[in-house]
Amino acid sequence: MKTDIILAGVGGQGILSIASIIGDAAINENLFLKQAETHGMSQRGGAVQSHLRISDSEIAADLIPMGKADLILSVEPMEALRYLPFLSPEGYVVTNTTPFINIPNYPDVEAVLAEIKKQPRFVAIDADKIAAEIGNKRASNVVMLGAATPFLNIEPEKIEAGIAHIFSRKGEAVVEMNRKAFKAGLDFAMANK
Amino acid sequence: MQKNLFLGVEAIGQGAIDGGISGVYAYPGTPSTEITEFIQENELAIEKGIRSKWSANEKTAYEAALGMSYAGKRTMVCMKHVGLNVAADAFINSAITGINGGLIITVADDPSMHSSQNEQDSRFYGKFAMIPILEPSNQQEAYDMVREGFELSEKLEVPVMVRITTRLAHSRAGVIRSEVLAENDMVLPTDPSQFVLLPAIARRRYKGLLEKQELFEKTAKKSKYNEYIKGEDKSFGIIACGIAYNYLKENYPKDDCSYTILKLSQYPVPQKFLDKMAKRCEEVLVLEEGYPVVEEHVKAAFKKDVQVSGRLSGALPRDGELNADLVAKALGKETQLGADVPELVVNRPPALCQGCGHQDMYKALNEALDKYTKGRVFSDIGCYTLGALPPYKSIYSCVDMGASVTMAKGAADAGLIPAVAVIGDSTFTHSGITGLLDAVNDEANIVVVISDNESVSMTGGQDSSALGKIESICAGVGVDPNHIRVLTPLKKYHELMVQTFEEEIAYGGVSVIVFRRECIQAAAKRLRKEKKMKDNPNK
Repeated sequence: MKTDIILAGVGGQGILSIASIIGDAAINENLFLKQAETHGMSQRGGAVQSHLRISDSEIAADLIPMGKADLILSVEPMEALRYLPFLSPEGYVVTNTTPFINIPNYPDVEAVLAEIKKQPRFVAIDADKIAAEIGNKRASNVVMLGAATPFLNIEPEKIEAGIAHIFSRKGEAVVEMNRKAFKAGLDFAMANK
Repeated sequence: MQKNLFLGVEAIGQGAIDGGISGVYAYPGTPSTEITEFIQENELAIEKGIRSKWSANEKTAYEAALGMSYAGKRTMVCMKHVGLNVAADAFINSAITGINGGLIITVADDPSMHSSQNEQDSRFYGKFAMIPILEPSNQQEAYDMVREGFELSEKLEVPVMVRITTRLAHSRAGVIRSEVLAENDMVLPTDPSQFVLLPAIARRRYKGLLEKQELFEKTAKKSKYNEYIKGEDKSFGIIACGIAYNYLKENYPKDDCSYTILKLSQYPVPQKFLDKMAKRCEEVLVLEEGYPVVEEHVKAAFKKDVQVSGRLSGALPRDGELNADLVAKALGKETQLGADVPELVVNRPPALCQGCGHQDMYKALNEALDKYTKGRVFSDIGCYTLGALPPYKSIYSCVDMGASVTMAKGAADAGLIPAVAVIGDSTFTHSGITGLLDAVNDEANIVVVISDNESVSMTGGQDSSALGKIESICAGVGVDPNHIRVLTPLKKYHELMVQTFEEEIAYGGVSVIVFRRECIQAAAKRLRKEKKMKDNPNK
């Protein structure tokens, strides 16, 4: 078993926190893991990516080769498209549909979504809207994590346990809200994949 | 055994703590920053009282580390590749003084220039100083090499360089720790002249360093990090340095490479391996992250006619970081490519944060300089370098730490009046003060903007050495206190900022305008922390 994931987004959107929840679950399952992150200048509102590789045998490279990723998990729609050359012909694109517009020449949002819908396998989810309905817009990354979970080869319960662990310091109400966000993302992906 | 999920930089920080350091010295710089941050926040390190505050620059960091080594304790000094240019004087000479307590210099190179001005290869510096270099291929090796590296340094009596690149620095993997080694007791060098590089002593010590080269090579030959793997196929051999070894392995997932491989992670390159390889292989491909250091070396060192390929021959690109695809192509293997990036996708360059004080400063500066021809603003290394991009397009240089002040002075000397320097608070104390002193002594006609956000922000908000000291430093080097102006960069003070610029441009000497407002990332972090303290006062 081997899962290669490209996480994509914009600096400051928190893709590394998604990566760390998946990473913790993988390590708890005694799986091998490598996760390359973007630090430094790009974190100031630039395009950022993280290569997350999970396997039951030892992993060689920190970077995923082109055309080999099983999943692109993006918290922003245009950023999902940027890494298509990495996606395997059998891979999935799971993306948030809410754009993050911090540049003057951001393309037409409908055109971006149309490109996503051209992909053979995709889940396009309005994570910001779902998170707002649950009661906290900041939970949109956890919604995205839920939406990606069917493609991770890790049981959803293990990821959910990781979420509970990470938010446990912030009290039961926060844990519950994030559980709900996770569940909403997971349900959406199961119904729409 | 329990695995810790460590970034490469964290593995190095843990390796240093477990290797018995008494202090770490560093100036922040991507991709090296988190090594020191890890030690600063590590419970064991705090409990042991390991010294870990930021230094003013890489040179002061290196010299302080050398002082700690002189006193017999183990120490590590960390920097990014260009930081070693700053520390180079101390570094090169420390190979000649040698060490007392184990000294590791960890340098993080940045091929592909993700966050840097160049992609220089620190292995050249290691070779230049003639000291052993360790180049880990993965996070576990990074941990082990650093933990054991102090002993290696003490055994060989020289500093040891650990060279990593961005990809290893900022990639996580499981790392297994070993027992924590005890710190050294303080003990001074047995030879009181060891650190006195007067010519007569330096000549003697340099000869000693030259004599030790054979021992360094022998040690590299025996190193468990170097491995000579004999292959069945005699047509071809591969030398894979550091992290490049992983890209090679990625291309043989079933571990079925039939070529002879030299996994190289400790330098100097052992000649015996090269002799063996030359006997066996007709052609050798060198895989290395950075400059063609080993490729050049082996071309001269193979005693037999062997065809060498790599970055120089064109088998691999001359610049940029390696990856498994580039290595596959060099091996003549097929690569795969996913779908093309749709044409509508545009670049998303980094930008100043919304609400950042640098923005207000640049708006005022642009307005004040609007009546002059363009090209008068020299800048420096930090978040404010983003002022080169739209919508500001305010600055015309970014070369090295502190160069804004001195380049503005040189341009003013040439007749470019007004000439303006824009430098950050931490960059100013790193390398701007001496340039300002030159400007004062020469009565240069320049305006120096110190855009003070009270932290080292680009690297993630580390403590700035300049905090609370800028005006007194400027006055101390001789800037007229009437021309040290302090403003708050906020929209509501826009007119005042423009007016101050105009007044100081009109003044014929050295002016300093300090724009002071806390970095908004740091402010957000502080507010979150304060809220946490308020919610949980006992924690």
